[in-house]
Formats: sequence, structure tokens, C-alpha cells
Amino acid sequence: MSKTTNILIVGVGGQGTILASRVLAGVLLAEKYDVKVSEIHGMSQRGGSVVTQVRYGDFVASPIIEPQTADIVLAFELLEALRSLPFLAEDGKLIVNTQAILPMPVVTGEAQYPTDALSQLEKQASLVLATDALQMALACGNPKGVNIVLLGILSALMDIKEETWLLVLRDKVPPRFLGVNLAAFAEGRKWGLNKK
Amino acid sequence: MNEKILLTGNEAIARGVWEAGGHLVVAYPGTPSTEITENAAKYLELSAQWAPNEKVALETGIGCSIAGKRVLVAMKHVGLNVAADPLFTAAYTGVNGGLVIVSADDPGIHSSQNEQDNRHYGRAAKVPVLEPSDSKEAKNFTKLAFVLSEQFDVPVILRLTTRVAHSQSLVELSPREELPLKDYVKDAGKYVMVPAHAKKRHVILENKLLELAKFSDQNKELNHILWQNRKMGIVASGAVYQYVREALPDVSVLKIGMSFPLPEKLIKEFAAGVEKLFVVEELEPFMENAIKAMGIEVVGSEMFPRVGEIFTEDIRAKLGDAAARPILPTMGIPVRPPVLCPGCPHRAVFYVLHKLKLNVSGDIGCYTLGFMPPLSAIDTTICMGASISVAHGMEVAQGREMAAKTVAVIGDSTFIHSGITSLINTVYNGGSSTILILDNSITAMTGHQHNPATGFDAKGNPAPKLSLAALVRACGVNRVQIVDAFDLKKLQAALKEELAVCEPSVIIVERACALIDKSSRQPVLVANQEKCNGCGLCLALGCPCLIKRSDGKVEVDAAQCVGCGLCAALCQRGALEKTGDE
Repeated sequence: MSKTTNILIVGVGGQGTILASRVLAGVLLAEKYDVKVSEIHGMSQRGGSVVTQVRYGDFVASPIIEPQTADIVLAFELLEALRSLPFLAEDGKLIVNTQAILPMPVVTGEAQYPTDALSQLEKQASLVLATDALQMALACGNPKGVNIVLLGILSALMDIKEETWLLVLRDKVPPRFLGVNLAAFAEGRKWGLNKK
Repeated sequence: MNEKILLTGNEAIARGVWEAGGHLVVAYPGTPSTEITENAAKYLELSAQWAPNEKVALETGIGCSIAGKRVLVAMKHVGLNVAADPLFTAAYTGVNGGLVIVSADDPGIHSSQNEQDNRHYGRAAKVPVLEPSDSKEAKNFTKLAFVLSEQFDVPVILRLTTRVAHSQSLVELSPREELPLKDYVKDAGKYVMVPAHAKKRHVILENKLLELAKFSDQNKELNHILWQNRKMGIVASGAVYQYVREALPDVSVLKIGMSFPLPEKLIKEFAAGVEKLFVVEELEPFMENAIKAMGIEVVGSEMFPRVGEIFTEDIRAKLGDAAARPILPTMGIPVRPPVLCPGCPHRAVFYVLHKLKLNVSGDIGCYTLGFMPPLSAIDTTICMGASISVAHGMEVAQGREMAAKTVAVIGDSTFIHSGITSLINTVYNGGSSTILILDNSITAMTGHQHNPATGFDAKGNPAPKLSLAALVRACGVNRVQIVDAFDLKKLQAALKEELAVCEPSVIIVERACALIDKSSRQPVLVANQEKCNGCGLCLALGCPCLIKRSDGKVEVDAAQCVGCGLCAALCQRGALEKTGDE
């Protein structure tokens, strides 16, 4: 039996992490894996931290990822990437959107947003793919496409054929947004394949 | 083979009701149970209703059952406290159509006011408790619960936890079973619980429990042993069962799907077949104490705490041979607490309450976040509807002087849930509270469900719209004002006026939730750096779009701003200006 693979998706409420995890789960399902996904709703949708855990393999028991076992962390925001580090495996890969979204204690001046977040990440993770996904999404004509750009990068690190991703994207994304999202996915995938 | 899809536990339960030929899903929204009813509403063959509270939901379910159809009533753990009254007597009357009650518990308190373990309700009310461990079981146990309910003539509790309700796993779909409507049979001895009847029904219920205990021993779908390495045997149920399988794939496990009544023979067989017996369960030592009462030696709560969730790594650390993987400390990372959204109408209210230095008796909803700095405006939050009665109790304790500087704050849905009786109490007992009903036209915290004051039902169809103002007047309140949440001057004036009078008054603060009323979005604001002097007045709003720069001046996050203009209304220097961009 093959080992279970763990992908942790972290971000801030409203960033589109849920759609990203739905697409990823759909892709894994299409590839006939056993899949479990865990996400915490509730208070998190009011601008709090959002964590979605995706596990897949031949057989998956728990939907929850243990510390130091995430094969890939897909971080939608720098601070959330830092917060996720305890879950990243020693040889795990970190994809991080370099956007900074300030939490309330920073907004009010009670706490400092770490200025060296990216260098901390690079020090602690074995592989870091860092990019401003917002700029990449804007270049594709859709500021809301950050999640799809990041999925494109994720696809570059996973051993799953591109057609499956495109098939699932067509299924899960509303038709009127499909064009810009396919462009965002292609942009992310190209960038990821170059950096890998 | 039938189609397999990924479903959350909640989606799987809605599917289970549909496949079981169910007729109705009725609930009051509450995390983590809300999506059961939202998903049931999508099935044409199912009725789905939002009730004003869990007690009404369960009573509606009891009526539907007595009249011959299968019904599922869903609620979060604290909701069952509200519905406990009908639950205990429904156990005596039994059912006609199957009656299943979902209790979605929240170990770890992700989105609740406590982490009570509702398996205790099963034992206390003497009704069976089923605990699914993933979405496949959530669907299958729902169907089985209906069968069990009708076979034993008893309501059945389906107990979830957040991790089961909100995790997705593969579910195999089956077609719907069409059931004929059962006859409505008048049977006073069964359904009229006067003492003479209830005494007989209690005896019958105790006998049913003995039969249910036998069933628990015989039903392999619910309770079964996985014999493996016998050095250790673990008893587990629900999500924890999956963590045990993950952490210790080679040990023997007694998988419990029915945690009340427990399968005593099976537990004894399991205990006799392993060298050392453990029970791993979150929160209360519910199974552990029952197993100890059987005279069996078992280790449980001295090893695993009664507080919060248990995870795979905890089980691995305590019972496995691999070294625990510690969570490395993440020092100096600012926390990211949830906040009131940009454009939230509640922000204006709490700004004013904070400014007037009032005592604020709070309630359950998004607006509970008004306690957070910098608004720091809520003093108490206990349970649904408590704001009004707690404020009244404060007045009783400290007198009129306290009432003159105290307000109760409650949302539209929470007021309908259980604030109405509290308001009647204040009027009846001569209180003089000032009560703010924050009417944002939706049940927002749980993800925007309709309620009797929104004008729509659970399926999104138009419904009679409750007038909060008329209702409040009918409760005997003579002083009722209606104010727009963003009219700060009028709101402040209304508060001062109502706090000064020695009689109960209600201020209905109206403005739709910023997330549903996107048509109200205005051009985003920009901070004119020449005009801004860094006074920080606008920062007191706690708006996530207003960012304090290192030079003390304020900057607006254009990506988040919805142009509500609250900050511009406060700024004395006109530094927050409208742009043309939305």
C-alpha cells in the first residue's frame, strides 16, 4: 500500500481556499484515490485563519494532518505560511503567495507583522516556491484568480496529468469565469514547472 | 457499483434522509450542524424548515413522526439543551414515522460557547446514540437510525463532532426508498403524557432499553471487533476511531458505532481477548465509566485529557512506539482572530456603545465579536437569548441606576430564538432595560440562513415576514425606535433618550449584513495623507481596512474596503475621501 500524501492549504477567510480545495479533491477523486478533506468553518469565515487539510492515497483513515507530515503546504498568505511551518515535513515543499494580509492586532498597532517572513520560511523549509500570486492573477485579468494561480503551481509539483486538472476546473468553476481561470491556472503551472 | 462522491458528514446525512424515504429535515442553524438542513433543502422530495429554535424544531419533528413520516431534526450540541424538554418525553411516547435527532458536538470549541458531551443526553433521556466516524457512516447510520427508531419505537440521537460534520470522505450513493405514509392513529395512552400514562410508558421504555442493549451486541454494522495484535485493545468511536486506525494500524480495535446502550457482551469478549484494554474518547469518559461499571479494567481518561480534541499524534505519543512528533513552537507570529467584516453594520453600534462607556449584556451571533479590541464593548455572553434576561437580572441586583447605563444587545434571529420570552419577562417584572435588536436581515454567523423576519423560508421561497417592531410592541414595550445602524448621531441620541426613561425600551437597529447586501457597496475610500494627522479616531472602529502606518497616519486597504463610509463620518479632518472605484 502506498503512503498517504498530505497537502495543507492555509490562508485567510475570503481568499478562495475552499474552491481550491474542492478542485484539488475533485482531481484526486478523478484519479481514483481514496481522499479525505477536513476544513474548519464557523468563526473562520470572518477574516480569521482558514486551514484545509487534504489527504490521499490507497486508503486514508484520518482526515487530519499530523505535525511535521505535510508533503506540500499551499499558503495563500505569508503569515499563514509561517503559522503552518510546524506541519511541514522535513522534506516538504512550501508554495507561498507573498501577499501580506494584516491581522487585526497588526492593523491596530498592537503587534508587528514580521518583516523577514520570507527569509524565515526559506530558512526552515527545504523547498520554497514564493511568488506574488495576486500580480500573476491580475496579469491574467482577474484579481480573484489568486487561488487558481496557486493551484496551477501546485499542479506542477504533483504527479497528475494536466488534462485531469482542466477537466475538474471546467466542472467546478462557473462558466463565465472559466476563461480567466484557465489562463490563471496555465500561468501558475508554467511558473511552477520552471521553478521546480 | 453505485457512484462514489466526496461528501461532508453533513451532506451525507441529508443524502441519508433522502435515501431513507424521509419527509422532513427541521432545524435551527448552529455550527457544525447547519449544512444538514441547507443540503436537505436542495432535494425536491424533502421538506426543509428553519424553526425559530431547537425546541420548536424537535416538537415539529415529533408531530411529523406521530403523523406517520420519517423526520430528522438537526442542531448543535447546545441546541439540544433547548430541545431537552421535548426529547425526554418523546422517549416515553415513542414514534410512528422514524425520528432521528442530530446532535453536532464541538470538541475543541471551534465555534461554540462550551464543549459539552451530548452522549450524556442519550443516557439521561434513555434514547439510543449512534456515532458515525466518517461521511460513509454518516449516511449509513442515518438510514439505520430511521429503521432503529421505527423498530424500537424510540427517537434516536445521531451524535456528530465537528470533524465528522465538516470533513469530506467518499460516499457510495443509493436510490431513494419510497415509503407509504403511515396512518395517523389516535392513541392517548401513548401520546398523552399525563402521570397515569407516563408511568406505564416509562416501564415500556426501560424494557426497550434492554432490547436495544441486545441489538447493540448483535448489530455488526454498528459495533464490531477488528482482531489484530492482541497486546493492546482499543475501544473507540466517532472521528477518534479513524485517528486510532491512523496511529496504530496493527492493534486490535473495538469499533463502537452505538455508544448507548453499549454492547456489553462484545466489550467483555474484546477485553478477554487482549492483554491490556484502553478506551480513547474525546471529552467525557462516557464509554470508560460504563465499561468500568461492567467490572472491566480499562485505561482511558487518566491518559487522555477531558478537555479539547484528541489527535492522531496524541494517540501515537501515548500508545504507539514511535516518538511523538512535537508541534514546534511558532514564536512571535501575530494571531489572526476573526473580525467583524468590512462594512459590517454591527461595527457602528459597538463603536457608539464603547464611546458611551455602557455596560453591555451580549448574545450569540457575529456581533459577539464586539467584545474584541478595540471595540471592547461586550461584558457578558452566556447562551442564545440571555442578553435581555441577564440585563434584567443586573437591574434587579443593582437597581435603576445600573439600568440607566446598561444595554442588552441581541440579533434578529437570536431574538426570535429565545429573546422574546426574556423581553416579556422584563416588561412583566417592571424592568426598565434598554434593548438593542441588531436586525441585519439574516442569520449571519452560521453562514446566512433565513429566519421568520427575513421574508423567505429554508428553500428560498417567499414567506410571511415577521415585524419585529409590532412583536416588540405586542410584548408590552411602549417605547420602540427604529434607527439605521450607520446613522451614528441618531443612534447615540436614541440610546441616551431610552436609557434615561424608567421603562423598558427597544431600539431596532436596521441594516442588512454587508455580505448579503452587496448592492449597498460604495466607491472605496482613500486616506488623504496631507489631511490625516494620525489622531487615530477612525482606528477605534476596528475596521480591518484601516491600517496604521509606521508614521502614525492611516492608510485604507482598497482591496477590502466596501465604502461603507463609517470612518469618513468619524474623521474630523475629512481625510478619508471617496474615490471613483468600487
